[in-house]
Amino acid sequence: MIDVRGASAVALADGVRAGKWRARDVVDRYLDRIARLDPALGCYLLVDAAGARRQADAVDAAQKAGRDPGPLAGVPLGIKDIFCTRGVETTCASKILRGFVPPYESTATTRLGAAGAVSLGKLNMDEFAMGSSTENSSAGPTRNPWSPAHVPGGSSGGSAAAVAASLCAGATGTDTGGSIRQPAALCGVVGMKPTYGRVSRYGVIAFASSLDHPGPFGRTVEDAAALLEVMAGPDPLDATSIPQPVGAYRQAARAGAAGLAGVRLGVPTEYFQAGMDPEVETSVRAAIDELARAGAKIVPVSLPHTKYAIATYYLICTAEASSNLARFDGVRYGHRTAQARSLDELYAKTRGEGFGAEPKRRIMLGAYVLRAGYYEAYYGKALRARRKIADDFSAAFAGCDAIVTPTSPVPAFKFGERSADPLQMYLADVYTVAPDLAGIPALSQPCGLTRAGLPIGLQTIGPALGEEICFRVAGAFEARTDWHQQLPPDAAP
Amino acid sequence: MSVNDYEVVIGLEVHVQLATRSKIFSWSSAAFGGDPNSHTDPVCLGLPGTLPVLNRAAVDSAVRLGLAAGCTIRTRCRFARKHFFYADLPKGFQISQFDEPICDGGAIKFRLHGELRSVALTRIHLEEDTGKNIHAAAGVSFVDYNRAGVPLCEIVSEPDIRSAEEAAEYVRAVRALVRYLGIGDGNMEEGSLRCDANVSLRIRGAAAYGTKAEIKNMNSFKNVRDAIEHEIKRQATILDRGERVAQETRLWDPARGVTQSMRSKESAHDYRYFPEPDLPPLVVTEAELAAFRGSLPELPEDRFARYTGSVGLSPQDAGVLVADHEIASYFDAVVSAGAPPKRAANWLINEVLARAADPRRLGDADLPVPPPALAELVKLVEDGTLSGKLAKDVFARMWTERRTAGEIVKAEGLAQVSDSSALEAICQRIVAAHPEEVARVHNNPKLIGFFVGAVMKETGGKGNPKAINDILRRLLGPASS
Repeated sequence: MIDVRGASAVALADGVRAGKWRARDVVDRYLDRIARLDPALGCYLLVDAAGARRQADAVDAAQKAGRDPGPLAGVPLGIKDIFCTRGVETTCASKILRGFVPPYESTATTRLGAAGAVSLGKLNMDEFAMGSSTENSSAGPTRNPWSPAHVPGGSSGGSAAAVAASLCAGATGTDTGGSIRQPAALCGVVGMKPTYGRVSRYGVIAFASSLDHPGPFGRTVEDAAALLEVMAGPDPLDATSIPQPVGAYRQAARAGAAGLAGVRLGVPTEYFQAGMDPEVETSVRAAIDELARAGAKIVPVSLPHTKYAIATYYLICTAEASSNLARFDGVRYGHRTAQARSLDELYAKTRGEGFGAEPKRRIMLGAYVLRAGYYEAYYGKALRARRKIADDFSAAFAGCDAIVTPTSPVPAFKFGERSADPLQMYLADVYTVAPDLAGIPALSQPCGLTRAGLPIGLQTIGPALGEEICFRVAGAFEARTDWHQQLPPDAAP
Repeated sequence: MSVNDYEVVIGLEVHVQLATRSKIFSWSSAAFGGDPNSHTDPVCLGLPGTLPVLNRAAVDSAVRLGLAAGCTIRTRCRFARKHFFYADLPKGFQISQFDEPICDGGAIKFRLHGELRSVALTRIHLEEDTGKNIHAAAGVSFVDYNRAGVPLCEIVSEPDIRSAEEAAEYVRAVRALVRYLGIGDGNMEEGSLRCDANVSLRIRGAAAYGTKAEIKNMNSFKNVRDAIEHEIKRQATILDRGERVAQETRLWDPARGVTQSMRSKESAHDYRYFPEPDLPPLVVTEAELAAFRGSLPELPEDRFARYTGSVGLSPQDAGVLVADHEIASYFDAVVSAGAPPKRAANWLINEVLARAADPRRLGDADLPVPPPALAELVKLVEDGTLSGKLAKDVFARMWTERRTAGEIVKAEGLAQVSDSSALEAICQRIVAAHPEEVARVHNNPKLIGFFVGAVMKETGGKGNPKAINDILRRLLGPASS
């Protein structure tokens, strides 16, 4: 039995499939690590040990009976608490959904389960995926495994931290403005946000519908590719899912090892400007040099409308959030105030008590953006800016195959450092927001550590449905470096 | 001033439930009724993480309705979210259409006192229905989401309607159209057809519209007429006093026969419309439109023109027949089975409709007198086998005993005696037995009726009246003709 600390999901599944070890033993080791290490980190909102063991036993039974246990046989996953899981409480880290047990399962987690993956439990996040530090969770923050004084990023902070600390072999996340890639960068793991519609949103609690991208976290590029291959694909339950067949992502990730001859990589001038941490800049420039040595041709590209990305993003995401969060009214499920004397009071008090500060802020901003007579001035204009930002990428991809940038302008920051100033927090997404607005795939992978020992992330952005080129570039970098093998300290007692 | 000094301006918003099998954005049943919350699924309940997927059958229905009303169909349109909080609205917004409805323009055509009216439409759009609140007791309410997500077409008219009566006829015409197309049952009592009215008054000849009030909760044609009638009088009284009508929403209270203020313009919702991001734009291809155009049934006004034209019916009879698709179809079937149209219409209107509890049942397979059976009866009258009086009795037995006219006539020996030699003998006997009357009939031709009656009595009511008449006139001489 291999040491699960630092183990790749692909290696674990291969061992289970080959009968070298049992899924049950793998799962038990992860459950043991969670029991020992998670109290200090706070990655999990809920650990479903019994459910995980049941699923692992089913995988082992299939393997023993000679049935195909699936490509992810026995891979223990953490599920971001934004994915609805049948029979398992799903809260989006919000008080307003406390006690909500969905009678249905998200399409993405259904597919992972069908591929043999095992769900260990539900992972912490910023409430309703609103935040970049996981400080906005009603259950309290998750700590960065590399430094407990630092945030893990967000909103999928629990997912990134759990994969970094080997409290699961892979995880699901959602990325609306950077919520997979930014925490992946800050925790030193791989996070992939695919093309919009590539992974079904059915059963993923909506934050901003036109921007929500479910995707995977992995220890390695191939792990992320293996998870995405399973999660992706058309879904009759999501009208915005795309019909094209799923690409050969694992193969693309492995193909990177053969180098990047003939690949043109664009470097946007606008992404290397004031505000970037010098250590991040040094590491990312070194990573780009490494990609050049792997055979890629580095070309400058321009994304002139990037400067409007944050403003555009916050108009669209707040508008959609104010609408999506309207259903949390205390009538059918979740929190309901004990104090209401009328229907209006039921709404006001339930929502006042149930939502944290950030959802409230975004609901108010979004309601303001959408009020009658102002649609064109705000939402309409933001949609036009979004189009221009997407056009920038289309123009850039005429001259390159993928774009490489830093994922986050800064490494992990300390708790409380930005939470007092929402605008500062919003700027943490400055390099990740534009691919969400354009709906194009982007991947973050570890490419360095600061002197203080905090991870730095490299972002690879592909054109629409260009997941394979992202995996190939990332696979090439990973084959030539060992940043992905760096593990945070095991703060065992 | 009196009510007659004002011109009444009415625009109607009619909501029609579409009779699709499943809901507009999810898979549970769209059927009426069922135990509370038995026709539900995670999507129509608005559970977190669920997404709408458009039911194309609802789109097909809306497109056919739009084509039938002469609307322009958008080949590309969008859904929008309309936000408000209410317990029967699961998501805090209703998926509707706002700036891009599926149908623009068009008109609803109908007859008011025989005169053709055409009320222009602003638009027809698709949306989802809400659930229903059930207020059980003070402080205790329940919500039934069976209706949540049932597809609706909202048909918005221009302010072209000028009286309460015309409004009611307009709604009837919409219902007829919906039933002709088979896209809904248009049942106002069950709420599958609902109507809101915008009512205002202006001095005759004035160019600008007066301030309008919106009237809700009119769940029958009578309610529509009564509520608008009441509202017209209410507004006229206010204007007569020199006061202003408040812009507001008013609820019709059928028990008390009044409208009551529900909410004022100031407290009106800001619905914060924006395009529904979970649904891609709705595309209807030209090929689909052509196919729908080619498969539209004959519509009420076309049928009316045919019945009053080539078929030769009176406008009154034609109006009755076209009011419901099933009545018209029944009529056409009787005629195509060989009955003369005018007689077929008389029998249908006077006998069949008098007995059918619901005219929409005329198409049912177990109808006691299906069209071919009525045609057979009408033909027996035509060829003299049955007298009109006997035929009515036979029809009554056909309805209750579910037997054909031929069976009843044969079994009961009801066939009219038309055999001239048999009748001749009876007539001669009767004439010979009543010399006094024979003498008087020359001065009083009406006495012929006495002889006809006597002969008829002899035949047990089965004599052919026309044949008897002919024989008697010959026997009694020219003076009696």
